[in-house]
Amino acid sequence: MSTLNPAGHLVGTPGHETGHETGHETGHDTGHAGHHDIGFVKKYVFSTDHKIIGIQFLMTTLLMLFVGGTLALGVRWQLAFPWREMPVVGKMLFSAQGGAISPEFYTMLFTMHATVMIFLVIIPILAGAFGNFLIPLQVGADDMAFPTLNMLSYWFMWPAIAFFMSSFFVEGGAAAAGWTSYPTLSANPPAAPGSGLGQTLWLMGVTFVGVSSMMGSVNYMTTIINMRAPGMTLFRMPMTIWAMFITAILQAFALPVLTAAGFMLLFERTIGMSFFTPGGLVINNAPMTVGGGQALLWQHLFWFYSHPAVYIMILPAMGMVSDMISCFARKPLFGYRPMVYSIAAIAGLGFIVWGHHMFTSGMNPALGMTFMVSTIMIALPSAVKTFNWLGTLWGGNIQFTVPMLNAIGFVAMFVVGGLSGIFMAAVPVDIHIHDTYFIVAHFHYVLFGATVFGVFGAIHFWFPKMFGRMMSESVGKVHFALSFIGFNCTFFPMHMLGVAGFPRRLADPYNYPYLEHLLPLNQFITYSALLMGFAQLLLAGNFVYSIFKGQKVGRNPWNANGLEWTAPSPPGHGNFDILPVVYRGPYEYSSPLVEEDFLPQTKFLAHEDRHADPYGPHSH
Amino acid sequence: MNRFWFFFYSFAGVAAVVSFAVAPAMGWWFPSPGYSLSPLGAQIDDLFYLILVITSVTFVGVMGVLGYILWKYGSGQRQRGEFSHGSHALEVIWSIIPAAILLFIALYQMDVWARYRVKSLFDKDAIEHPIAEVTARQFEWRIRYPAPGKTLQDTPQYDDLYTVNDLHAPVGKPVVIRLRSEDVLHSFYLPHLRVKQDAVPGLVIPVWFQCEKVGQFELVCAELCGWGHYKMRGQLSAQQTEDFNKYLEELSKSQFDDGVPVAKADQ
Repeated sequence: MSTLNPAGHLVGTPGHETGHETGHETGHDTGHAGHHDIGFVKKYVFSTDHKIIGIQFLMTTLLMLFVGGTLALGVRWQLAFPWREMPVVGKMLFSAQGGAISPEFYTMLFTMHATVMIFLVIIPILAGAFGNFLIPLQVGADDMAFPTLNMLSYWFMWPAIAFFMSSFFVEGGAAAAGWTSYPTLSANPPAAPGSGLGQTLWLMGVTFVGVSSMMGSVNYMTTIINMRAPGMTLFRMPMTIWAMFITAILQAFALPVLTAAGFMLLFERTIGMSFFTPGGLVINNAPMTVGGGQALLWQHLFWFYSHPAVYIMILPAMGMVSDMISCFARKPLFGYRPMVYSIAAIAGLGFIVWGHHMFTSGMNPALGMTFMVSTIMIALPSAVKTFNWLGTLWGGNIQFTVPMLNAIGFVAMFVVGGLSGIFMAAVPVDIHIHDTYFIVAHFHYVLFGATVFGVFGAIHFWFPKMFGRMMSESVGKVHFALSFIGFNCTFFPMHMLGVAGFPRRLADPYNYPYLEHLLPLNQFITYSALLMGFAQLLLAGNFVYSIFKGQKVGRNPWNANGLEWTAPSPPGHGNFDILPVVYRGPYEYSSPLVEEDFLPQTKFLAHEDRHADPYGPHSH
Repeated sequence: MNRFWFFFYSFAGVAAVVSFAVAPAMGWWFPSPGYSLSPLGAQIDDLFYLILVITSVTFVGVMGVLGYILWKYGSGQRQRGEFSHGSHALEVIWSIIPAAILLFIALYQMDVWARYRVKSLFDKDAIEHPIAEVTARQFEWRIRYPAPGKTLQDTPQYDDLYTVNDLHAPVGKPVVIRLRSEDVLHSFYLPHLRVKQDAVPGLVIPVWFQCEKVGQFELVCAELCGWGHYKMRGQLSAQQTEDFNKYLEELSKSQFDDGVPVAKADQ
């Protein structure tokens, strides 16, 4: 179904040929008119339309979520039933030894679980899927600033996926030095089976993912700075956009360091350079002849990127959660400017805390003190944001829709993750809990409990805009409830494991007598993880089914305020059939100026009280 | 139906608090006996409990507010939300108070950290006479003691004593080991004493600890070092000083005594 917009350009819904109108242009050629048939491949495969690219990212990352989750279930199996036959994999790969996995396979499982989740799921789903889909729509642009670059940013993911997946099948197997890939374990092939070709493939994969992210980051910054609709001042942008913008800046500044470090490690492994390996070592009975490097150098370079990376992995979700909470509390966002400044503070402080991953590493203890202070202070803007979310909910008319349930889950679990972070920010305490399951609990609470639940909410919230149909609310609620229960039962006990001194990355922790009594708790965790894993099938089923059979809806099924809800569902090529002009911020819910409990950004009011918006251009 | 979600989230919050409360009784807490066997470790535990109290109060407070919000404003009976964009006063209050608490936590522990790591604060006697050099390698701990009565040298001496995986140390006084690695990163972790230090190839790192109780305590490798990371198990055998000295004498004898008495100079 296609319509003519006021400029005379044909605006069609994706998926429908506009072939009948070929050759009939009534207006100027902006290059966005869907009047000529660009063919299936250019429309859906190598699309330069940000919406298609966003959906491509979404589908790919959801697929990778299942891959990464399966790898984690392998880890959990071993920890609950050590050296028993592992289902599926045991029979396939280790039938000679009765199906029990090998210790080196265990190291590959957790390495690739983290690698897939971080580089192929979280980072691309936030920036690549939602950033791509939402940024032009929420700022009122017809597409990204660089559509071809955008297309490349998606397709660069696939070589990375190929590198990571193929690494399991090469001699020696996949990289096995942890996703942190510390030398000298990762730098020297004799050190571990996975430190052969598998590690090189891992580095190639990370490089491609990095290039993909850089391309995206350039696009997002440019689009947000340059292509906002008339009236969309910076402080009228939704929090999603602020978060995506600041995240893009983080990516741009931090990624080059990881890429450089990756190349240094690659050169060390392939052409004999020695950035990270000192002289005088004997690794696996093979004396190392080169030297002059320092193992700690990698750690500094790696964490200089990877700490900002963890904020890259949560800030967009924070922005999206702000949008969802405001919408479903039917209330303006509490403290819009403090919220913006807090995101900026988290990002800025995020650059000067990387050493907190290295408190026991042997670096100068004075650095331990400085990093402790900066790390503890980063809890402050996080706390401010949490209070502002509560302030948004307070006094609201709360609707327990699926996005809202997930958003409230985000807030609650972010509180847990943030508070547990304080323990490890305190250096003396970190001495005990570093490299234990306390750390694992912390980052899963912020990355999964917060970010992924935020993503669950975002999927349900923006699905109608993507596909013109609703996902099932009831299946969504069951999915949320089971995921929430499964998640908390899996990861909350890990705090206690950490206090008990239960180290990470051990194929058989029960080798140590002081840990033997923790086996039942680990089994409970594994059962909960299985529940949580299988609950995700509900999401996948709901998603796929609803694309075809979901209830059809119009432009604004949620009665929300953002610009994206003025476009058709789904928007055609070019996005807006009526060019948006913005008159106010995105959170004017329950405004006294109108009878409805929402007031879209683009709605013109003849007699608007300009002082009603304290943060608007006419505020005092 | 709306009240259902209030109970759902509340149950989670309550379960979290209850599980932490019962954890020590269930054995899901600090390694047995539940308190640290080193004095500095005891200070670490005190800091842990301080932070636990602060974070627990914060958690209960925040969850309480969230629960109140879900109960009062989630009833579905309201028509509209309150049209408020924020409160400057609240922003100031909830920035300053957490900042003060966080700064307090940060500065309060500088002292413990310094005594843990700053070499100039180590016990003079201990650092001048390290009891052993511990070299981590895939997948064992190699220990080199100096001969009884001698001082540990940087390079191996002809009369040094060697063992594997079993580190003996005297109780009741600070001792220093020199930690190295032969190949990849490892980490010297004594959970009962709250000691952890990465063994870095290319570096020699002095690590001090003081064990207050006689006994054997696990030594764990706490940094991924390859496929055998899980089986790099060692132990700390803490003994009275006389027993420790006797151990070294016996070790020396077992390493050097071939049954032939040493000839004296005037024989």
